[in-house]
Amino acid sequence: MSNNKTKASGGFADKFNNLTDTNLLLTITVVIFFLMYIGAMIFQGGLFLKPQGFFNLLNANAALVVLACGLSLVMITGGIDISVGGVTALVSMCCAVYLDKMGGNVFVSVLVALAIGLAFGAFQGFLVAYLDIQPFIITLAGMFFARGMTTIVNTKPFNVANEAFNKLKMARVIVPGMGSANRKGQYIDAYVEIGVVVAILVVIVMFCLLRWTKLGRAFYAVGGNRQSALMLGINVKRTRFLSHLLCGLLAGIGGYVYFLHVGSGSPAHASGAEMDAIASSIIGGTMLTGGVGNIAGTFFGVLSLGTIQNIVSSAGLGEAWWIGITRAAMLCLFLVIQSVVMVRKKKAS
Amino acid sequence: MQKNEVKKSNESALTKMVRHQMFIPLLALVVLAVFNLVMGPDFFKITVGQNSAGNMVLQGYLISILNDGSELAILAIGMTLVTAASGGQDISVGAAVAIAGSVLLRILGGGNSRPEELAAPIIVAFLVSCIVAMLFGAFNGVLVAYFKIQPMIATLILYTAGRSIAAWINNNELPVITDPSLGYYGGYIPGIPIPTPFFIAAFCVAIIFLVLKFTNLGLYTQSVGINENSAKLNGLNPQVIKVITYVIMGLCVAVVGLIKVSRIQTINYSVIAKDIEMDAILAVALGGNALSGGKFNMAASIFGAYVIQFLTSTLYRFKVSSDALPAYKAVVVIVLVVISAPTVKEWFGNMSKKFKVKEVA
Amino acid sequence: MKDNIVLQMKNIHKSFPGVRALQGVDFTLRKGEVHALMGENGAGKSTLIKVLTGVYSKDEGDIFLDGKQGPVAIHSPQDAQKVGISTVYQEITLCPNLSVAENMFIGRTSGMGQNWKKVNSDTEKILKSLDIPATATQQLETCSLAVQQMIAIARAVDMDCKVLILDEPTSSLDEQEVEKLFKLMRDLRSRGVGIVFVTHFLDQVYEICDRITVMRDGQLVGEFEIEKLPRVQLVSKMLGKELDDMSDIKGEQKAYERKAGTVPVLEAQGRVSDAGIKPFDFHIDKGEVNGFTGLLGSGRSECVRAIFAADRVTGGTIKMNGKPVKINKPLDAMRNGIAYLPEDRKGDGIVGDLSVRENIILAQQVLKGFFKPFSKAKQYEIADEYIKLLSIKTASADTPIKSLSGGNQQKVILARWLFTHPEYLILDEPTRGIDVGTKVDIQKLVLKLASEGMSVTFISSELDEMLRTCSRLVVMRDRKVVGELSGEDLNQSKVMSTIAGGDK
Repeated sequence: MSNNKTKASGGFADKFNNLTDTNLLLTITVVIFFLMYIGAMIFQGGLFLKPQGFFNLLNANAALVVLACGLSLVMITGGIDISVGGVTALVSMCCAVYLDKMGGNVFVSVLVALAIGLAFGAFQGFLVAYLDIQPFIITLAGMFFARGMTTIVNTKPFNVANEAFNKLKMARVIVPGMGSANRKGQYIDAYVEIGVVVAILVVIVMFCLLRWTKLGRAFYAVGGNRQSALMLGINVKRTRFLSHLLCGLLAGIGGYVYFLHVGSGSPAHASGAEMDAIASSIIGGTMLTGGVGNIAGTFFGVLSLGTIQNIVSSAGLGEAWWIGITRAAMLCLFLVIQSVVMVRKKKAS
Repeated sequence: MQKNEVKKSNESALTKMVRHQMFIPLLALVVLAVFNLVMGPDFFKITVGQNSAGNMVLQGYLISILNDGSELAILAIGMTLVTAASGGQDISVGAAVAIAGSVLLRILGGGNSRPEELAAPIIVAFLVSCIVAMLFGAFNGVLVAYFKIQPMIATLILYTAGRSIAAWINNNELPVITDPSLGYYGGYIPGIPIPTPFFIAAFCVAIIFLVLKFTNLGLYTQSVGINENSAKLNGLNPQVIKVITYVIMGLCVAVVGLIKVSRIQTINYSVIAKDIEMDAILAVALGGNALSGGKFNMAASIFGAYVIQFLTSTLYRFKVSSDALPAYKAVVVIVLVVISAPTVKEWFGNMSKKFKVKEVA
Repeated sequence: MKDNIVLQMKNIHKSFPGVRALQGVDFTLRKGEVHALMGENGAGKSTLIKVLTGVYSKDEGDIFLDGKQGPVAIHSPQDAQKVGISTVYQEITLCPNLSVAENMFIGRTSGMGQNWKKVNSDTEKILKSLDIPATATQQLETCSLAVQQMIAIARAVDMDCKVLILDEPTSSLDEQEVEKLFKLMRDLRSRGVGIVFVTHFLDQVYEICDRITVMRDGQLVGEFEIEKLPRVQLVSKMLGKELDDMSDIKGEQKAYERKAGTVPVLEAQGRVSDAGIKPFDFHIDKGEVNGFTGLLGSGRSECVRAIFAADRVTGGTIKMNGKPVKINKPLDAMRNGIAYLPEDRKGDGIVGDLSVRENIILAQQVLKGFFKPFSKAKQYEIADEYIKLLSIKTASADTPIKSLSGGNQQKVILARWLFTHPEYLILDEPTRGIDVGTKVDIQKLVLKLASEGMSVTFISSELDEMLRTCSRLVVMRDRKVVGELSGEDLNQSKVMSTIAGGDK
């Protein structure tokens, strides 16, 4: 394998062999997503046929996109962060209390969200990178801490009654030319929420960061082989710290996007969001072992997960458990694919 | 090397005690006990009273710790073995308890959500739930041992799906079993003033100690966890041993499922055994066992479990809501892992050395 | 400093607790030469390199570099790179998941941005000028190992290195790949780079090197021009025996006389594993002591591992006492009465956190079965018996094995296997890194066991140890069995010339 790979030649098999792991996993995901979506269009029709159906998918999953970007980042660096769901709930609750009960202003509430995210990222990053503690344990504790703090801040769920905030929440970004007629024949514009714009900006920024900046490549280097990265002159500790810090920041942003979407605070918010984010990253081709992954893949991973959910619920399997089971089945499937890819790679070298 | 030995024998009894694995959990227990004593000695009062079923039973905080800590103690057994052999933890235990409990109720109710009488003997239902839980344990084990997925990620799958599967088994209904005999396992057997879960936990503990004494489970799991290569060259099959530990975890889960279901005679899929994985991991860590696997001390883990329950009861006593509990426990976890981190230990070592040098000078 | 000298190390000393790894070693490297650094295990060559690259700090001595006033201080690999000393290790220390260009340039400049276009075009230029068959945007792991080595070298060269250290770069390459690498090395030599080449392949030394420095036991043996040091002499210098009196030292064991019709205890035919050895045949008789010899990396360990099925077996048959048996995993071998003491004591032998007692009973316990543990009393009895028998120095049977000294750890592992009462015992480097007294104990024990009818295969880097104990030697070179010596042939010069091979 190692020999015939130095020079690319014609044949399909060779091309297949030349696919890097990132691209291979990404291709699988994109193909599966389109197959699923097209299948849903053909067999289920309905909202799947309208552009707004797709935009609703984005609206519902904007926060998850942001969270999953953060997770991809730490996973590429060889770590994990399972506190993001808890942080999302805490951010929602804190912002809700601040806006509703303290009559705060929207701009400051954004800062509150970012500060919470950064604080979690910095603390967890420090323990992981500089004290060399397993990231799973630390962020598991972080998750429980965030969940517990959420109930300490406020036990009961409640809706935010803050005029400025609700204006922002209801703001729609019209997507030109994508609208369609409703039952009465009126033309309705297609729209996305503000959160989607934020999520797409995050995806673009993260994509560029990972693809073209030195820091981004350092994340890959550290995840690929920590020892080698050290020998190549990369500050491994700082890089790992930054990956957790950035993930925390994104959890803060994602938390706010989530808050903007639901407009309320509740201890039950975003339950299992960390699992969805990890699953999206894995489905999108990010390797748990680090060093391999792509933000574009993560984006498609989130969409695939969302589509599965939509298909399951519109196929009449509305019960909540089907969604949980299909999600886990997908996670399992892709974990096994990854494991097989790793074994294949080990055998080749 | 010899110098070291000489040094060791000169160590005071105090240092020896501090080094002992039981020291941290014992210290935690004493601190908690003293704290509770100061805040009001009624904490330690044990009275005889009548429970709702009309039995004369022992009551008091200490009894409820022994009672409520049973599930945790049983899970700590499995978690200790899993940690030792695979160097990671099973985070799906809470979800797996939901599955085991759901299976139990499905068999007992026979598909009927308000059965007049039991559709099957409890023992049959329990055995079926054991088999199901062990199969799910084996699923986790195979992912860990053969697909080489980190334990926590591998068990994430069941963590995600478990409660959904549990709901699916009973068609999302919540069967209520009115037959009082089911209540014996989580409550009291008429005429015996001590809660049954305590006996079940004691029984499980006795079993595991017998197993550890009369089989090589301990030696094999520790060897695999400490040095997998060496274990392989000594004829062991590390994969099989890892899977076995996850299957044993499944068995523990089934027992806990029985107790949990019996306590309320029904089930709530999203609440049953919630966050118990965290407590079980904490029990193992508090018992001084390395979360990275290898050598373990089963007694310390089980003792750790009761200390955790002591902490929980103390927090409850001061009106901390059950939803806020995780925040406090998370702080305990972080403190524990930080003080046991090698880098921190090294730093402490250097500090104390410097201190000693100063003393000599 | 003379003009053409690029690096000079003078009187380097380095000690570790209990070991004097380097004792007054000098080393000189000239511009535009390939300089081989040779020595057997424990000779100190890797310590010397680690001192030079800043991984270890030296206790004494100075390092001078061309163009720098006075001795230079090197405290980390980064420091070494700054002063122009680059190292390419046997294991690739690049990131396989990054592109070739990224691997060439990452970690070299500070600041956030990076002009990737320029990086890619620069990389193309370098690859072209060094004639490396790769493209800048290619992912590193799609390159062959040799190309990856070359890219690591290219990175070093581009960082303006004057001294390039190649630490066993060829051990995982095939012949063609080695050829490519040598072409690159010659190219660099003509550009005036001083290359330190560490290898254990003699053929390669004689193909590419200009000068050889030989080390032994942490001391300098000497620096030689390649033409003036024939192969046999080189081997004798490495092993520490003067050529003149070599022929006098013969095997001390009588030639093992094989009676016609004797059925060997173990007979392997065409045995091969996935560890990269060529298929080999092997047999051993009852009460015989034989050995595999060859330089480090020649495949001697891999052969015995293949017999014990410690690596994945890919072919060949094994007969025990004439009967064909299947040995596909270590337990099979153990059940057939084979015991194997591995070379890597720490990685494959001891179970560090367990006690001496548990380490001793482990193998026999596995053989006995899951449900039949030895009672505690029995365990102590066994442990005490072997602690006494092998005079293992330990505080008690309950001491964790990791706190014992190397020699005593080795004795515990030996006890573990003796307790299984094997028919055939394989000892892979049992005497490495342990004190002289223990070494002698182990040799004596081997002979005693053989006289009681056990068959033993003994592997050691020290030739006289092998000659003292073995009655037959299987000689290996470059992962192939190249000869078998016994009786009259069993003397140092013959063994060395067989190891050395070639025509000199």
